[in-house]
Amino acid sequence: MMAQLVFYIFTAVLLFSAVMVITARNPVHSVLFLILAFFNASGLFLVAGAEFLAMLLVIVYVGAVAVLFLFVVMMLDVDFGQLREGFQKYAPLGGCVGGVLFAELVLAFSHWEMAPGRAAPLAAPGLTNTAALGGLIYTHYVLLFQACGLVLLVAMIGAITLTLREKTTGRRQNITRQHARTRADTLEMLDLELGESVADRGGFLRPKASYNEIAVPGSYGLVPENPQDDAASNREKGA
Amino acid sequence: MAQFFYHTLVGQICLMLLETLAVLVPLLIGVAYLTLMERKVMAAMQRRRGPNVNGPFGLLQAFADAIKMIVKETVIPAGANRGLFLFAPFLTFSLAMVAWAVIPTGNGLAVANINVGILYLLAISSLGVYGILIAGWASNSKYAFLGGLRSAAQMVSYEVSIGLVIVSVLLAVGSLNLNDIVLAQRHVWFCVPMFPMFIVFFISALAETNRAPFDLPEGESELVAGFFVEYSSLAFGLFFLGEYANMILMSSMVSILFLGGWLPPLGIAPLTWIPGPLWLIFKILFCLFVFIWVRATFPRYRYDQLMRLGWKVFLPFSLLWMIGTAGFLMATGLLPHSGGVN
Repeated sequence: MMAQLVFYIFTAVLLFSAVMVITARNPVHSVLFLILAFFNASGLFLVAGAEFLAMLLVIVYVGAVAVLFLFVVMMLDVDFGQLREGFQKYAPLGGCVGGVLFAELVLAFSHWEMAPGRAAPLAAPGLTNTAALGGLIYTHYVLLFQACGLVLLVAMIGAITLTLREKTTGRRQNITRQHARTRADTLEMLDLELGESVADRGGFLRPKASYNEIAVPGSYGLVPENPQDDAASNREKGA
Repeated sequence: MAQFFYHTLVGQICLMLLETLAVLVPLLIGVAYLTLMERKVMAAMQRRRGPNVNGPFGLLQAFADAIKMIVKETVIPAGANRGLFLFAPFLTFSLAMVAWAVIPTGNGLAVANINVGILYLLAISSLGVYGILIAGWASNSKYAFLGGLRSAAQMVSYEVSIGLVIVSVLLAVGSLNLNDIVLAQRHVWFCVPMFPMFIVFFISALAETNRAPFDLPEGESELVAGFFVEYSSLAFGLFFLGEYANMILMSSMVSILFLGGWLPPLGIAPLTWIPGPLWLIFKILFCLFVFIWVRATFPRYRYDQLMRLGWKVFLPFSLLWMIGTAGFLMATGLLPHSGGVN
């Protein structure tokens, strides 16, 4: 009775938020409804007694994947009007993809069957579903599991390769170089007369020459055309 | 009486409500006095007196602050997304409260002693980022937005190392139940054999709760106050309560995972007379003291240093430690079995 009530509440909210994901005008609202849908799906897992999957769904999808979705959608500068213009054009295509996916799901579920010989040990009393899942994945299906891991690894390397740029910009921080800086490179104590400015002594109008050697080229916004000359002239001024 | 509480539906609901109150009321009082403790401890470290006007030793200061906050005017900025703007503090606050359902204060003494307790805590703490992200976005202010984005990136990054540290602990326990995790430390607390992981977890907990030296989401010197610039009155108060409740929660996680939860340091006579919940409270207070000590001692990290520490130092190190733990347990045959399928 209680479990049924909870099931219907979760299902109703899940369906409502799933519909809102594709009908909400604001993309950020869409993503928030998607998160609500994930959350309710994990509630359904809980009702079904799969507490491990429920927690994993929240940790992985809600806690990590959807945060990045939200992150990207919030930062995108989307013109909502323009977004809705293409709706008519893409509706048939989207409908087709949705229809194919739905048909596949129906086919898959109508022939759903537990692998023979696997169901009996899973029903053992006192076995938590974390242990049951772990036993299956890490002993019987370990190759498939490793293959999934490899696919994810390839995807990760692909994403890093796409975004990694070798360009050394001014914003790039090189920790080794920063650690290599000494006090003599950056700090000079001057004993100034009253009314005399640092600039009169040829002071720090530009970074010291030694700084150019350890800094990333291009940082500070000025690149001396000939670092050697510059270093020499800077040293003269200082002296 | 027992008949009513355990065998009727109304009684069970009443019991549940009473249990919830028994956890939440001490927690909220604890949060109130944590703010006072923070000010007093930091004052002592900086050779000041701290709050000492309201009540003896300033003990009523927390309540004075609360009343001040409540009677302030609620301001909702123009152009803010009203619904989400008000939803964000409620989310932060309620998440900080619901996580307490699984914290065991004694052997089997938790509101919900569930099999996947540690995963529940991880799930709730990973949801915490939404309150901040939504607040930052709904305020329609660039400072709040930048604070929200920073915080999201920071919390997601440090959750990864927290997860790996927890996996190392779980390898030694063989169960996801918080009660079992504490009981597994009967002979030696995990902070002894896993000392480096204890430090990594504590520092990640600082980053996860947005505390100094990782309080960049607030970053008052560049972002005014980060994601809650636009909040005032009760909405601000809820954020405040949520953050401090999260600090206590993280401290209790450190105590349960590494400092033996409710267990006394040694199982000998005078120490075992002190009841378990008191031991847990001592340990939580110790962790909170270190939280405050760190805040009074260290300057704020630069953002790229924060990310570097999370991804390039803690992640590889905790991964290596996890593999090392698994290898060691496997080689010595100490790996606990919880009866998997074969």
